[in-house]
Amino acid sequence: MKVTSHAFKTNARHALGDAQLQQAMLNLRSGFAERRAHVVSQLPEWEELRDEAVAIKKHTLANLDFYLEEFEKRVIANGGQVHWCRDAAEANATVLAICRKLGARTVTKGKSMIGEEMGVNDHLEANGITPVETDLGEYIIQIRHEPPSHIIAPAVHLVKEQIAQSFRDTHRDLDPARQLADSRQMCDEARAVLRPRFLAADVGITGANFLIAETGSSIIVTNEGNGDLTQTLPKAHIVLASLEKVVPTFEDAATILRLLARSATGQEFSAYTTVSTGPRRPDDLDGPGEYHVVLLDNGRSALLGGEFEDMLRCIRCAACLNHCPVYQAIGGQSYGWVYPGPMGAVLTPSLLGVEEAGNLPNASTFCGRCEDVCPMKIPLPKMMRHWREREFQRHLPPRAYRLGLAAWAFLARRPALYRLASAWGARMLGYVGRARGRFRALPFAAGWTRTRDLPAPEGRSFMSLWAERNAASGSSK
Amino acid sequence: MNHSRDQILGTIRRSLRRGALAPEAAAACETRLVTHRRNLIPARARTLPPRGQVELFVTMAEAASATVTRVKDARDVPAAIAGYLTRFNLPSRLVRAPDPALDALPWAEQPLLEIRRGVAEDADLVGVTTCFAAIAETGTLMLHSGAAGPTRNNFLPDTDIVVVRASQVVAAYEDGWDRLREARRGADGALAMPRTVNFITGPSRTADIEQKIELGAHGPRRLHLVVIDDGEAP
Repeated sequence: MKVTSHAFKTNARHALGDAQLQQAMLNLRSGFAERRAHVVSQLPEWEELRDEAVAIKKHTLANLDFYLEEFEKRVIANGGQVHWCRDAAEANATVLAICRKLGARTVTKGKSMIGEEMGVNDHLEANGITPVETDLGEYIIQIRHEPPSHIIAPAVHLVKEQIAQSFRDTHRDLDPARQLADSRQMCDEARAVLRPRFLAADVGITGANFLIAETGSSIIVTNEGNGDLTQTLPKAHIVLASLEKVVPTFEDAATILRLLARSATGQEFSAYTTVSTGPRRPDDLDGPGEYHVVLLDNGRSALLGGEFEDMLRCIRCAACLNHCPVYQAIGGQSYGWVYPGPMGAVLTPSLLGVEEAGNLPNASTFCGRCEDVCPMKIPLPKMMRHWREREFQRHLPPRAYRLGLAAWAFLARRPALYRLASAWGARMLGYVGRARGRFRALPFAAGWTRTRDLPAPEGRSFMSLWAERNAASGSSK
Repeated sequence: MNHSRDQILGTIRRSLRRGALAPEAAAACETRLVTHRRNLIPARARTLPPRGQVELFVTMAEAASATVTRVKDARDVPAAIAGYLTRFNLPSRLVRAPDPALDALPWAEQPLLEIRRGVAEDADLVGVTTCFAAIAETGTLMLHSGAAGPTRNNFLPDTDIVVVRASQVVAAYEDGWDRLREARRGADGALAMPRTVNFITGPSRTADIEQKIELGAHGPRRLHLVVIDDGEAP
């Protein structure tokens, strides 16, 4: 997919002026966030489960080579194959080769963020194979030729009228006079359109929420049942998974599963949690004849042992998106690639480089909600700060910004001078702005005053007030 | 791809500032896999007596939009299914998984039911299966693929009816998994995994259009459970 992370500021400006997007984003607050808060309140062990989940992932990452090799052994023992791929190009070539060997013409797909990262749909299409997204949200954005705007609800940026129009434009063989006013009707239409696609597909591709080293299994967590039809009906099941999805045992997966659905959709448990191991067995009455795991690195192995390692604990629940004031305001497509919101602001520069995605970690108020709600306790604000530092070290921010920051740093390291300058500045601003009490425009502060007034200082700095207060309380003793 | 494999493993080790795992560290990981120690399991279901676990299972399943009929005896199951289908004005034709436990039930007493035994097809609107276990914690069914249970039978029909014996109810996912380990212990003592293990909680659903929850996205629109209060020891 086309990356537009470098154009984040323009993207965000457009998003803020997009009335339909703004209307759609309102649904997010009453949906995911409230449901999450409710189910979390129903589980007294929540904090302990978080701590255990973090410990599981830390242990796994510290021994990642061991568990991946163990996983591979068990997959092979159960009749499946593991394909190690360094980057998206290798992974795409692997998927294409499997499809070609089976003479596949259509491929059904469950939702997979790794698939988005690879751009596997474009690759298959360019080689004459038709990929059909089957998750309702993914299907909607596929027929609209859009990238996803959310990692678990890809079409959350759309209102139902837009979706209805896309259905009319795409499902041209259906009665043009039919009713498509509510989500029920659209849901039924998608079900009817996609059912024959499930039955006709030659290959089914899913993602993986977990890989289990002990048994060589992959786990998908879904609500629609599309993932299960995708992986059960065709001749082959291809699992797209990144390295860090592996956990040692089912018991370890169970602990994290207790956090996942609650954090993601605010459900006690998702409708379908499915554990797949190898191809169909001799006495099985259905299931795929082949089982392939495409194990994608794409830069993750290099994150181990560094300041961004914690990001590899992410289970893609999207709680950080759902609770982020910036994400809520601009939606996911502004972030310009696959992963939006706070987790995207850390992961995107890790995978694409800070040159491309440096704006993302800067688009944060550091309110800290993302870290509070993260089931895996990933210190997202801290890592965004790391990216800002790296960006500064590489001289990436504009010259004026760097000069301003350097001037501030010069003063900040000289407290006496800083106090003098700030007291003087506050007095000056207070004097100039005394009539209106605020400024409509100020030199060097257009970024602030373009969209709101700057209140005029009261004429005293915090430090001088503090000194006065201390002196007063000292004298009253 | 062997080259890629070596390179990925090499980068992992370089990033972790070590070579291949030292023997004692590898042995510790090995032990972790073999012992598959449990982590914290919420008290919610764990602290209940078996009876209470069945009640919790039913409550949680209903909270996840499943419907439940309870019968005293396995012989009452066909009548309960016929009653459910009539009550909701659903088709009386159904596909029954080729499961000996279902074969043993008195279907002939329900002449209005039109029954096919086998693997579900697109045209099948009602499916009946058993399950392997039932998890009280979240009202979740546990099923696995095999000669008696084609996976698609729980996904293709509009209405999925699952027969649950009270003695199959366990507290937590880990308890269900232990039963699987017990039932499918291979010659080497290790778990011989089925191709598919399904954990199912309520009917299929989506909230992809404006966050509004709709049941029956691609899988069943309805999930109906017939719980047999058999009180048998597992």
